Amino acid sequence: MAKVEIKVNGVRHARNVEDRTLLANFLREELGLTGTHVGCDTSQCGCCTVHVNGRAVKSCSMLAIQANGAEVLTIEGLAKNGKLHPVQRAFSECHGLQCGFCTPGMIMATVGLLKDQPNPTEEEIIHGLEGNLCRCTGYINIVKAVKRSAKLLRGGKR
Amino acid sequence: MYALNYVRPKSLAEAAKFLASHPEAKLLAGGMTLVPTLKQRLARHSHLVDIAQLRELRGIEVKDGKLAIGAATRHHDVAISAAVKKAIPALAELAGLIGDPQVRNLGTLGGSVANNDPAADYPAAVLGLSATVVTTKREIAADDFFRGMFATALEEGEIIKRIVFPVPKRAAYAKFHHPASGYAMAGVFVVVTAQGVRVAVTGAGPGVFRWKAAETALAKSLKPAALDGAALKVDDFNEDIHVDRAYRANLVRVMAKRAVAKLAARGR
Repeated sequence: MAKVEIKVNGVRHARNVEDRTLLANFLREELGLTGTHVGCDTSQCGCCTVHVNGRAVKSCSMLAIQANGAEVLTIEGLAKNGKLHPVQRAFSECHGLQCGFCTPGMIMATVGLLKDQPNPTEEEIIHGLEGNLCRCTGYINIVKAVKRSAKLLRGGKR
Repeated sequence: MYALNYVRPKSLAEAAKFLASHPEAKLLAGGMTLVPTLKQRLARHSHLVDIAQLRELRGIEVKDGKLAIGAATRHHDVAISAAVKKAIPALAELAGLIGDPQVRNLGTLGGSVANNDPAADYPAAVLGLSATVVTTKREIAADDFFRGMFATALEEGEIIKRIVFPVPKRAAYAKFHHPASGYAMAGVFVVVTAQGVRVAVTGAGPGVFRWKAAETALAKSLKPAALDGAALKVDDFNEDIHVDRAYRANLVRVMAKRAVAKLAARGR
């Protein structure tokens, strides 16, 4: 067993878990943060994307103990004071989803992408979301939502 | 995943000592291959020795015509590094083509090279650029390092510290990636130095290899068309669900031509 201490969405959590516990399972089962989805469980689909120390990672392919001492941001941590994050708002406004299963991962990947490239071209958006799959194939509106996200973030409007 | 124990040594010396006394332990860096492999129960280790955060293994430095990159440096950090872009732009480009952004945020140079996946990108750069693999025990030339599918010259308990790339005159990488996994179905790294031309191929054979007929052809004429007649031995090429040998051989030739075409735009 390992003692894992992680700051998730600004709140410090400590749990004793098996060393082999994946970060995705730690978030979902230990902390009840089920917004992080497990889709393929083979590091292809990106539904489990969260940020560890500010970088997007697939939480199904990382042990919770690897993130010991780190700061983790999940989809639940994006909205502030009941107000959606601009990327969440853009996905809603552009209907950047169909069934919605991939959406938390898409949004976390988009937040990461826009941190590196605040004004991406369509090609850069497609390349930047390569780690995320939408099985409904709703990519057209997802790309639109990323463009709108970039605009909202650059404008600083909430 | 089978049960295991995780340890995070505070120094490289501590990591090496731990490995020496625990024969079933395995080094963990980014874990982008190791963790999925463990999840599928294709491997079983008593301990994972996490060296990803060791400062001794981080960093990028250019000195005396050589670019040194610490083994635990993430693909993303290589891709965006101004020093790498200036010294060997093809290497930064290659790092930005590995897997996907989430993989590049965790995966490391040393991990990729030590694993030597036959479809990984970095081995093509290390072999093409005639880099030196610096370990806790010695320095290994790229030509002696890669030993075929998932095999390297590394001994038990030997840890890669950094990789030192001589800065070439010009270099370029072209890759046909598998759309789902991001791995190379064929990737060709072409390098021009004062000594001549080197061509390293990944994704096609049982491991990264030098395409010597192409090197000879390009030494005479550094143009894509020079590769038309270059002999390519395909007996041991991978055949899988995706493509057969002949198709892969064609991909190698086309990627090599694209890389050579890119060289022209990269004059220095």
